[in-house]
Amino acid sequence: MTTAAPPRTERLLRTTDADGPTGPGLAAHLSLHGPIAVPTRDDREWSHAIWREVAASGLTGRGGGGFPAAAKWDAVTRSGRRPLVVVNAMEGEPASAKDRVLLTWSPHLVLDGAEVAAALSGAREIVVCVADDRDPTARSVERAVAERAVSGGGRPVSVVRPPARYVTGEESALVAFLDRRDARPVLRVDKSTPLRVGRRPVLVHNAETLAQVALVARHGSNWFRSVGTPEAPGSTLVTVSGAVRAPGVLEVELGTLLADLVARAEPTSPVGGLLLGGYGGSWLDPGDAAVPYAPGPLADAGATLGVGIVVVLPTTSCAITETARIARYMAGESAGQCGPCVFGLPAIAEDLELLAAGRADAGVRHRIEHRCAAVDGRGACRHPDGVVRLVRSALAVFSDDVERHAAGRPCAGHDAATVLPFPVTRAAAGGAR
Amino acid sequence: MSRATPVRIRLRVDPVACDAYGYCAEILPERVALDEWGYPVVDGTPVPAALLDLATRAAAECPRRALHLERTSAA
Repeated sequence: MTTAAPPRTERLLRTTDADGPTGPGLAAHLSLHGPIAVPTRDDREWSHAIWREVAASGLTGRGGGGFPAAAKWDAVTRSGRRPLVVVNAMEGEPASAKDRVLLTWSPHLVLDGAEVAAALSGAREIVVCVADDRDPTARSVERAVAERAVSGGGRPVSVVRPPARYVTGEESALVAFLDRRDARPVLRVDKSTPLRVGRRPVLVHNAETLAQVALVARHGSNWFRSVGTPEAPGSTLVTVSGAVRAPGVLEVELGTLLADLVARAEPTSPVGGLLLGGYGGSWLDPGDAAVPYAPGPLADAGATLGVGIVVVLPTTSCAITETARIARYMAGESAGQCGPCVFGLPAIAEDLELLAAGRADAGVRHRIEHRCAAVDGRGACRHPDGVVRLVRSALAVFSDDVERHAAGRPCAGHDAATVLPFPVTRAAAGGAR
Repeated sequence: MSRATPVRIRLRVDPVACDAYGYCAEILPERVALDEWGYPVVDGTPVPAALLDLATRAAAECPRRALHLERTSAA
């Protein structure tokens, strides 16, 4: 995917005309964004100053959790040992491309941010995780790492290639992989206890979050807050796809109206629905397009930012069919550890498929709702919860469609090609390594 | 039943370890129900003193050691 034009907020996606698709080199990067001085040894004064700026910026994690970025540093630095900084660029959401675009066009910005996080937390090593089916992204990072090594200084950076599965990007699964265990989520009873590789605590940040950190470290919190809203400051990357003329990664100010964001990608037909956040996200009614694209207003509308995904569903597509396809895909992407997820997700997917085809019995809606309640919150990770959120939102937003399908009258578009992207799935069985 | 005790015991299932043997629901049906696939749904509110012995037994009898009694300070 390419960046859609015209970009109005250019921070992360700022480029010069001379930039090729391989992304700017280190010299171009420095002339574009300016130099950044990160101490190579522990420097408390510098660390406190940067920590204050990042905390004051109000930057939140861009990997789906949405927690304050600075808060993550506390638990790790308190643990006493030198941590490992992990750049999470797994991007397992099929409809997301932002981290790939960022690491292809501006790898040095992400690496700058990783360097800042390492200096702050006392880490001496950085690991960048890129899925094993994303060779061009990994090459872009490796090229940037090599360039930085030549110019000297900095901490050693290695690029690691975990298996490309939906759940592998989940923080605890990623750390498990780095710790030479199965790349599956781990049950965390106390989330304030840091994850570890060996004895080292691990600081995991999404790639975009670190690129934002690199900009805050350069320009300060006031600069960061000069766009966006007081409650949701800054800009963010959004991958827009579906029935649009210009699919791709946009950078928008938080608080931009969802309708304006969608308009920038140029819908090709009347909008029948909007998928927000990801495949564990929520459907929104096209009538909700007047909502500002920011965590608070989206929560009021029943959605989340997630990893910055907006898929535009045309009125000619069948939302039940699309939801069934997502549910089936997500069932196949279960880590296979917890019973409610292993049995519940396929059961929900099957009912949705029957409903989509207009072949379900009268009890289908009640059964899906009942199983959503049975699955919600009962896994070690949030994978089943995401599917439940998406399915519940479909039942609510497309309630009339559900009734028609349940009465044996499916949409004309129920067997049309899906607008949602799906990767070629691997065999779901067995270990994730 | 003493009203003074500040420590409460709650049941928690480790969903990764659990293999749906279902002994917990047989031993402690007052607090554990099984879903349609046989996996336990536990009542997460504090276990009353009268059921503590049975709760301890349910945890001990689990072949997968997936049922835990957690001490939490009184909220």
